[in-house]
Amino acid sequence: MNFYIVTLIKTGLVAAVLLTFCAYLVWIERKVLAHIQLRPGPYRVGPHGLLQPLSDLIKLVTKEGVIPANVNMFYYLLAPFLSVALALVSIAVIPFGPVVEVFGVKTQMGLTDLDIGVLVVLAMSSLGVYGMVIGGWASNSKYSLMGSLRSSAQMVSYELPMALAIVAPLLLVNTLSFREIVAAQEGFYFGVLPKWNIFAGPLPQAFSFLLFMIAAFAETNRVPFDLPEAETELVAGFHTEYSSTMFAAFFTAEYASITTICCVASLLFLGGWHPLWPAEYGSDFAPVALFLGAALILFFHGAQAVKARMWDRFTFPAFGVVMLGLAGLFLVPFLKPLLVPLFWFAAKTGLLIFVFIWIRGTLPRFRYDQLMRFAWLTLFPAAVVNLLVTGLAVALTTN
Amino acid sequence: MDALLFLTFAGIAVLCAINLILQTHPISSALSLVGVMGALAVLYLLLGGAFIAAVQLIVYAGAVMVLFLFVIMLLNAQAERTTSKPAIRAWVSVPLLFTFVILLASLIIQRAPAGAAVRFGEFTGGSVANVGRALFTTYLLPFEITSILILIAILGAIVLARKEI
Repeated sequence: MNFYIVTLIKTGLVAAVLLTFCAYLVWIERKVLAHIQLRPGPYRVGPHGLLQPLSDLIKLVTKEGVIPANVNMFYYLLAPFLSVALALVSIAVIPFGPVVEVFGVKTQMGLTDLDIGVLVVLAMSSLGVYGMVIGGWASNSKYSLMGSLRSSAQMVSYELPMALAIVAPLLLVNTLSFREIVAAQEGFYFGVLPKWNIFAGPLPQAFSFLLFMIAAFAETNRVPFDLPEAETELVAGFHTEYSSTMFAAFFTAEYASITTICCVASLLFLGGWHPLWPAEYGSDFAPVALFLGAALILFFHGAQAVKARMWDRFTFPAFGVVMLGLAGLFLVPFLKPLLVPLFWFAAKTGLLIFVFIWIRGTLPRFRYDQLMRFAWLTLFPAAVVNLLVTGLAVALTTN
Repeated sequence: MDALLFLTFAGIAVLCAINLILQTHPISSALSLVGVMGALAVLYLLLGGAFIAAVQLIVYAGAVMVLFLFVIMLLNAQAERTTSKPAIRAWVSVPLLFTFVILLASLIIQRAPAGAAVRFGEFTGGSVANVGRALFTTYLLPFEITSILILIAILGAIVLARKEI
C-alpha cells in the first residue's frame, strides 16, 4: 500500500514539475532567442514576462477550438492526445537522483527504474511519430499531410543513428537500466577527471554524444531538422489545422520530448547526477556559489536600473533574494543529499536544453533531400563505425 | 492484479483485431494493428519477456507500422467499397467461425499437459542479458542465418527498386 501512495505522490510531483517546466521552457526559449537575435522578448506580462506562459495558457484554452470541415473527427482528436501522452510517458523511467530518504520513507528520486529503461525511452520516442502522422492525415489538408509524411520518414530514419549512438556507451556500462548506467559513471580518473561516458575509457564517447545530439534534434523536430513544420513551405506542417487546446497539446509534447531527451543525454553521457569535480574540492558548494553569483549580479543590475525600465529596481533585487534563499537551501545539512545531486542533474539537462534553443537561434533549416541524405549517407555510417570501434576497444581491454 | 491486467490487455488485443477486420479504411485498419501490437507488448511484459516487449514496440509498432502508414498515405488509399453481400454468407460463416473456435479451444484444453499452465511472474529469463546470451551462444547459427537472409532481402529490394541505367 505504501508503495502505491509514494508512487502516486511522486507521479503527481513529477507531472506538475514537468508540465510547469514545459510552460516555462517556452518563456526561456523566447527570452534566449530574443537575446540571440537582439529583439525584445516578452516583458509586459509580469516582471520580465514571467507570467507569459500563464497568459499563453489562458489564451490557448479560452480560444475557440476550430475543427475544420471534412476532417476525420476521431483521429483528429486522438492525435494531440496521443502526442502529449507518449511524450510524457518516458519521463517515468528517468531517475533524477540517487535513492534518498524523505520523512523516513526511503525512495528513489524518479518514478521507476526498469531493467529496460533505455529501450522504453527508444520505444516511446519511436511511437511518438504516430501523433504527428495521424494528426497530419486526419486534418485533410495537403500541407498537414506533407508535414506528417516528412515527419514519419525523418523520424524512422533518424531513430537508427540515435539507437546506434546509444548502444556505444552501453557497451561501456553493460546495462540498460538508467540507475545502473549512472552508477557505472561514478568516480574520477586521477582524482579529477569524472568517469562520465564522454570521458570514460577504454574509448571516450564524445563522438557518440555528438551523434546522439544530432539525432535528438531530428527526433524532436527541432531546427535545423524541423522539416515537418517548415513554415516557409508548409504553413505550419502537421499542426496547421489545429487550434486552441489541441495546438497547445502538440506544443507541450514538443517541449516534453526535448526535456526527456536532454535528461537521457545527461544520464547516458554526462554522468547523471555525479558532480563535475570531486566533493573533496568542494563540488557540493558549486550550487551555493552559483546562486550567490546570480544574486550579486541581480542586485548590481537592480541598483543600476535605467529610467526606461523603472520596475527593474524592484524586480531584480526581489529575484536576488530568491537566489539567496536557494543558495541557503543548499547549505541546510538535512536537504543537502537531496538537492546537490538534483542540482547537478538539472544543470546538465538545462545546459543541453539551452543548446537546443541556441541552435534554433543560430542555424537555418535543412532542405528535405539534404536531411535524408545526411541521415543515411553520413550519420548512419558514422554511427556504425563508431559502434564497431567502441566494440573493438571494449573487447581488447576486457579480460 | 496480474490476471486483471491480462484480461484487460487481452481484451484490447482481441477488440483491436476485430476492429482491424471490420474497418473499411486502410488507415483505420493499420492503426488497429498498432493497437494489437501495443496490447501484445503488455502481455509479453506480464509474462516476463521485458526485452521482447520493448522490441515489439520499437520494431513493429514504431518502425514497421509507421512505414505501412507512410505507404498508405503516399498511395492515398481510400475506404474500400464492399460489394453487396449475399445474406447466406452471414448465416453460414458466423456459426462456422464459432464452431471452429470451440473446436480449437477444446483441443487445446484436452491436449495440453496438466500443470503446464502459465503463471505470471514465474518466467525470469526474459531480460536483455538472457536473450542476448541465448542468441549469441545456443542459437548462434539460426540467428546468423536469419540476418544473412534479411541482408539478401534488402539487396533484392534495392535491385528491384533501382532505376534502369
